[in-house]
Amino acid sequence: MRDDARNLAPLQKTARWRRAELGFWLLPVVSYFVFPENLLLLSQIAITGLFCLSLDLILGYAGIVSLGHVAFFGVGAYAAGLLASHGMGDPLFGLAAAAASAAALGYATSFLVLRGADLTRLMVTLGVAMMLYELANKLTEFTGGVDGLPSIDVRPLFGRFAFDLYGRTGYWYCLTVLFVLFVLARRLVNSPFGLSLRGIRLNVGRMPALGTPVNRRLSAIYTVGALYAGIAGALLAQTTQFVAVDVLAFPRSAELLLMLVLGGSGTLYGALIGTSVFMTARYLFSSLNPQYWQFWLGLMLVLIVLFARGGIMGGLRSLMQWRRGKVQ
Amino acid sequence: MTVVFDGIASGMLLFLISVGLSVTLGLMNFVNLAHGAFAMLGGYVCVTLLKHTDVPFLATLPLVMIVLALVGVVLEKTLYRRLYAATHLDQVLFSIGLMVMSIAAAHFAFGDNQQPLVLPAFLQGQINLPGVDVGIYRLFLVVLGLTIALSLELLVRRTPFGAKLRAAVDNPRAARGLGIDVNRVFTLTFALGSALAGLGGALGVEILGLDPGFPLKYIVYFLIVVAVGGSGSVKGSLLASLILGVADVAGKYYAPEFGAFVIYAVMVSMLIFRPQGLLGRTVAH
Amino acid sequence: MNWNPRLRVALCAVLGAMLAAPVAAAEALKIGLILPMSGPYAGYGKQIEDGVRLYLKQNGDTFAGRRVELIVKDDTGVAPEVSKRDAQELVIQDKVDILAGFGLTPSAFAVAPIATEAKKPMIVMNAATSAVTTKSNYILRTSMTLPQVTAPIASWAAKNGIHKVFTVVADYGPGHDAEAQFKKTFVAAGGEIVGEVRSPVKNPDFAPFLQKVKDTKPDAVFLFLPAGEQPVAFMKGFAERDLAKAGIKVIATGDLTAETDLDAIGGPALGVVNSFHYSEAHNSPENKAFLAAWYKSYGPDRPAFMAVAGYDGMHLIAETLKKTGGNTDGDQFVEAAKGMKWMSPRGPVSIDPATRDIVQTIYIRRVEKVGDKLQNVEFDQVPDFKDPGKS
Repeated sequence: MRDDARNLAPLQKTARWRRAELGFWLLPVVSYFVFPENLLLLSQIAITGLFCLSLDLILGYAGIVSLGHVAFFGVGAYAAGLLASHGMGDPLFGLAAAAASAAALGYATSFLVLRGADLTRLMVTLGVAMMLYELANKLTEFTGGVDGLPSIDVRPLFGRFAFDLYGRTGYWYCLTVLFVLFVLARRLVNSPFGLSLRGIRLNVGRMPALGTPVNRRLSAIYTVGALYAGIAGALLAQTTQFVAVDVLAFPRSAELLLMLVLGGSGTLYGALIGTSVFMTARYLFSSLNPQYWQFWLGLMLVLIVLFARGGIMGGLRSLMQWRRGKVQ
Repeated sequence: MTVVFDGIASGMLLFLISVGLSVTLGLMNFVNLAHGAFAMLGGYVCVTLLKHTDVPFLATLPLVMIVLALVGVVLEKTLYRRLYAATHLDQVLFSIGLMVMSIAAAHFAFGDNQQPLVLPAFLQGQINLPGVDVGIYRLFLVVLGLTIALSLELLVRRTPFGAKLRAAVDNPRAARGLGIDVNRVFTLTFALGSALAGLGGALGVEILGLDPGFPLKYIVYFLIVVAVGGSGSVKGSLLASLILGVADVAGKYYAPEFGAFVIYAVMVSMLIFRPQGLLGRTVAH
Repeated sequence: MNWNPRLRVALCAVLGAMLAAPVAAAEALKIGLILPMSGPYAGYGKQIEDGVRLYLKQNGDTFAGRRVELIVKDDTGVAPEVSKRDAQELVIQDKVDILAGFGLTPSAFAVAPIATEAKKPMIVMNAATSAVTTKSNYILRTSMTLPQVTAPIASWAAKNGIHKVFTVVADYGPGHDAEAQFKKTFVAAGGEIVGEVRSPVKNPDFAPFLQKVKDTKPDAVFLFLPAGEQPVAFMKGFAERDLAKAGIKVIATGDLTAETDLDAIGGPALGVVNSFHYSEAHNSPENKAFLAAWYKSYGPDRPAFMAVAGYDGMHLIAETLKKTGGNTDGDQFVEAAKGMKWMSPRGPVSIDPATRDIVQTIYIRRVEKVGDKLQNVEFDQVPDFKDPGKS
């Protein structure tokens, strides 16, 4: 009996990297060479992918539905932006500051999402994010308001690689940060801690009976999610070299939720796939029809929901199960 | 005192537009974030009738409700019905997709600019009573809002349809077993929610304006009312709308520096203390 | 040698074609337009694009021997990172010669470094914050600045019996700028600000602010609200509460009474005095020609200041290219554009050589019914007014 309790082999099995995953991570590397003129778009996909990943950690794994996740993104963006506009423009230092401030805010507000049903959490997180937006807007002299911080001067990375017009440094920078944080997240969700989160999401009533400190776990993952979002915000500030209050605006939160659901929550890869598909589709539709592209994007979403439950990852899973069923 | 009356009127308009969402979310457990699109459609139907026909403003209101009810029936039977069993997140994705399509469609059909609307003379202006100036249109909204709230309560609590609806929501299987056509009940309820949304949208043009961005601009307010009031409760929505309306207006009057925060602060505090909303019901599924 | 006549003709044709070829193969002039084509500011984008295309329709699409090719990209208005991305792609992928458009200030701010790094001329056709032209030496503006259109109404009010003003502005950057400029000019001219309120940008109901104004009883209320539903809501509320009967006037910048939303406000707009740089009712041969062409292509939509800015932007490009002989090298283009003067549908305009910003006549107008439409009728003016926000 004791051996079974300590037997982490099933966990270790899922934690091993599969071939499909390695293939997935080759795509961004290849893209650098195939699309050298669209690096800013690819960087923004990577940044939003990281942001979406942070939402997946709290929503897909811990079941905390949030429409206010943009608050942490914005705080991270402003942390890096403010430092850069006051002479402290080292990118990695900015990332660290963003991570720290976003995590602090996440921890401080985590008590708000501990109880309540989905709609409640949705609205509470939304309310907090909107208040933060209004605050940033009020403090226009400090934050630059809608017109943004006066001048953001990001120093070259490691003192050597400058952020230039072509976006090459920016791309590798964002991609590397995303990959490192992804690996860490993957480790986290496949650990006993990660399993306990899934337990909390599926049956919160049962978990205390297993000795799980539910509130502590939720606070912890919410803080981690906030930290990741803050880093994503800092990346945007540093690669765009511009920060205005739109980094705290509601549409960003709504789109984020959309991308995660599109990709399929609770799989980590769903966040990245959903982001890539959504942003690429938006880019393509917008190029074809700058005025009414939203119609086609909305139609795509509606069709995907009607034909693939659980988003793209859900659809892929059903497809694989169907194939397995056929073979048997 | 005028401030209080304005707050009540403001809340009443909010109630009129949001009550449809409370109905579909609470009674059918369907997260329909495209609710604002139905309201917007109601506004455009009203404005189009006023522009191209001689139908007077008050007469457009029942017409708007009929059109929206029909649209609701069609959409429910073709699209929404397939997603009753889907997760809330999938419903969110679907309804936002629908909302975005409606914004682009309205942009295409009606252009970007504000739609002009001129109220009939008898609804314009103010009545000056001692101590309080009563806007006539706002008074109209208050009276209409109370009437609708009362009618809905009567419908749900005192009519056979209402009983069937409550049965279908509490336990669809048992309801079917008793011979209640659950599908029809849901279709009619959805139609009702859509009609109410359309009415709210048409009534709101005078105060909130009308342009293709309407659904996205106001979706947050509808959600606030439903969350604070408790989904599924008409009385709860009414109470929540009034509280939020008065708080918002009073806040902006007495402390304009904090004007924008008040509505969110009130919502967050109320939800912390009563997460299920003021009069929320827990529905068994 | 006996030259076969047919051979002679063929030889001439070939020689002629060889000589003509270089001329016909002059590089296309690619202009990248970054505009809000969707989202809450889609109206701006459409007006600017229509103005741009109208100029090409009226004047042909060849500037200094080069055929104009427009590439329009949507930046949704409130996403500076999208504006930056659009600009980067236009420069690197589409290899545009000129960047233009910019409905909102943050878009212009985000793109300025790209114009500088790529040395491309950047024509701002709407963004109205003073500081825009300082962000890059390649920026030229053909629209207006907020202080430029605010100061005149403040001076006019002080000179015309309005001593106490209550200001109501939207609580965001441009609103704060309008409030600051109005206060500065009005108080310096001897006026008194008896109350000020900043209304939240997401503001469904103006009732409390209108009531505050009514209770304070100023001579006039100065208004600055972003184009859209807010001016309509405020003006309707103003009429509903009989504030006009209480003797309170409305003064504003022309954003409030722009032709695109004037009809939606309707009757309540009558009598509002405002200062701005373009009115459809401006009486000049250039404007008449502009309007005739506009209504033929885009009627019944009314043209407003954004369309004229797009139109003038194209004129600036065309005239500058005449001077540089078709050369779009950033430094040469900007040098040639400095000091350019011309007669726009709005009146006389010029590009200030020191700031690269627009210098134009600001008119004081009153909303009146002309024929069956509401118009901003000009009755006074401040000629050759430079942007006071830079001094």
